[in-house]
Amino acid sequence: MARILILGAGISGHTVARYLNKWLGKAHPITVVSPKPNWNWIPSNIWVGVGEMAEKQVTFPLAPIYNKIGIDFRQASAVSIHPEGGPEHAAPYVTIEYTEPSRAGENDVVEYDYLVNATGPKLNYGATPGLGPEGGYTFSVCTPVHASEANARLQEMIKAMKAGETKTFVIGTGHGMCTCQGAAFEYMYNVDHTLREAGVRDKARLVWISNEYELGDFGMGGVHIHRGGYITNGKVFAESMMVERGMEWITRAHVNKIEPGKIHYELLDGSFNELEFDFSMLIPPFAGVPLKAFDQSGAEITDQIFAPNGFMKVDADYEPKPYEDWGPEDWPKTYQTPKYKNIFAVGIAFAPPHLISKPMKSANGTPINPTPPRTGMPSAAIGKAVAMSIRDMVHGASQPTHTASMANIGAACVASTGSHIFKGTAATMTVFPVVPDYDRYPEYGRDMDLTFGEIGLAGHWMKYILHHVFIYQAKMRPGWAILPD
Amino acid sequence: MTTKNREPYKQAYYPPVPTRFTRYMRTSLVWQFFRFIIINFKILKLLFKAHKA
Repeated sequence: MARILILGAGISGHTVARYLNKWLGKAHPITVVSPKPNWNWIPSNIWVGVGEMAEKQVTFPLAPIYNKIGIDFRQASAVSIHPEGGPEHAAPYVTIEYTEPSRAGENDVVEYDYLVNATGPKLNYGATPGLGPEGGYTFSVCTPVHASEANARLQEMIKAMKAGETKTFVIGTGHGMCTCQGAAFEYMYNVDHTLREAGVRDKARLVWISNEYELGDFGMGGVHIHRGGYITNGKVFAESMMVERGMEWITRAHVNKIEPGKIHYELLDGSFNELEFDFSMLIPPFAGVPLKAFDQSGAEITDQIFAPNGFMKVDADYEPKPYEDWGPEDWPKTYQTPKYKNIFAVGIAFAPPHLISKPMKSANGTPINPTPPRTGMPSAAIGKAVAMSIRDMVHGASQPTHTASMANIGAACVASTGSHIFKGTAATMTVFPVVPDYDRYPEYGRDMDLTFGEIGLAGHWMKYILHHVFIYQAKMRPGWAILPD
Repeated sequence: MTTKNREPYKQAYYPPVPTRFTRYMRTSLVWQFFRFIIINFKILKLLFKAHKA
């Protein structure tokens, strides 16, 4: 009997949980630890942020699902990992602190034979003074609650504009090392669409601000696609959409401080600038959740297990090397930690070996470059591969049996640019592979047959349908396992 | 206010802007139904390649 412990019940962690439950049944107990009671289909938070959906449409409670299938669900935060056991436990274990209201603050210990770290990102609002909805001056769409708050403020803005006021909206990334530009991009176009539907778009100035070198980078170093008889960089299409919708954009920016109504930012050229705003949604930078690790004697080994950014080190090449020497082989394949063969990190929780986009520093030495995105499709693919490996290792395999390197898998992103069944549109984009591989694809680093982008109503229909499909799948309704991840 | 910033050498002067026909095709029900099938096919191809890899 093997005890499997999964920290986190997001897209990646919940994928591991449901597949391992399906394959291992109750013979090998599975425990899931997650601080929030609900599963969240994060891509649709954008629509909560503009009032197209309510929080309850993008979330569902996990406990009933897990209870039904025999998974032990603990609503708690993981605090520390003890991969060698400790003075009072021979077996490896994790300490947790309950967030469930009836046991809030209580500590507990969960032993394991296999551990999957699927804790996702810490939304590091603290990295930029004044950033974020909790104690700061900007909004967020990273969680359903934050997205609801953003929509409430957006509606206040619309009301004011209907009364004749003009407002400035600034949307983008709130630090020089953010990822998730796609989400901000999507939110900006949905705000634009919402303002047009409300008849107040002419009263609004919309400004994009991000740490990308050029628009369309999205943390992946940009992408080239076939379009109109040419192979064109996504920058051209991203800028085209900005001009079409009457938006301005600022790139190469590190937002370093936010005051009420004013964003301070540094540009790659070393200049310091300010931008006034009435409404701002800025994505925070990500860090790993604050987990510590201790060896058998109780000595701290956190810096052996985790990278300085808090993400867990896995089977990647973390040797520092110049951009020119980066390659697809640097990226992890099995997501197994090098020292502890029974620990894996999936989704956003694993430490990337380096960026995908070229690293850039301002004239003052400030890093201003996107960090690598881990979007839904790769996160689920990684989760499923690790679930297959653990299944096989439980059944006797000596090492992981499945891989899902981001240099060998693709991603499909559907970025809504306005929600409406007949007038809505979305930008559908696929890339293969996520991490460019110039050995296999010398010209553009990507398979040009599988890398494409287009805007249209079809994309909106897809995004809407996928919202329902992925929630159906996550709820483990009949036939969920035949749906693509 | 919508930025009418099409002065020469400014940001909005250079990027391509879709024609009226291009914008129409984005929400043409017939064309988008066809594109819906094609996009789904392309994504399935992508998933299949990832599986093989």
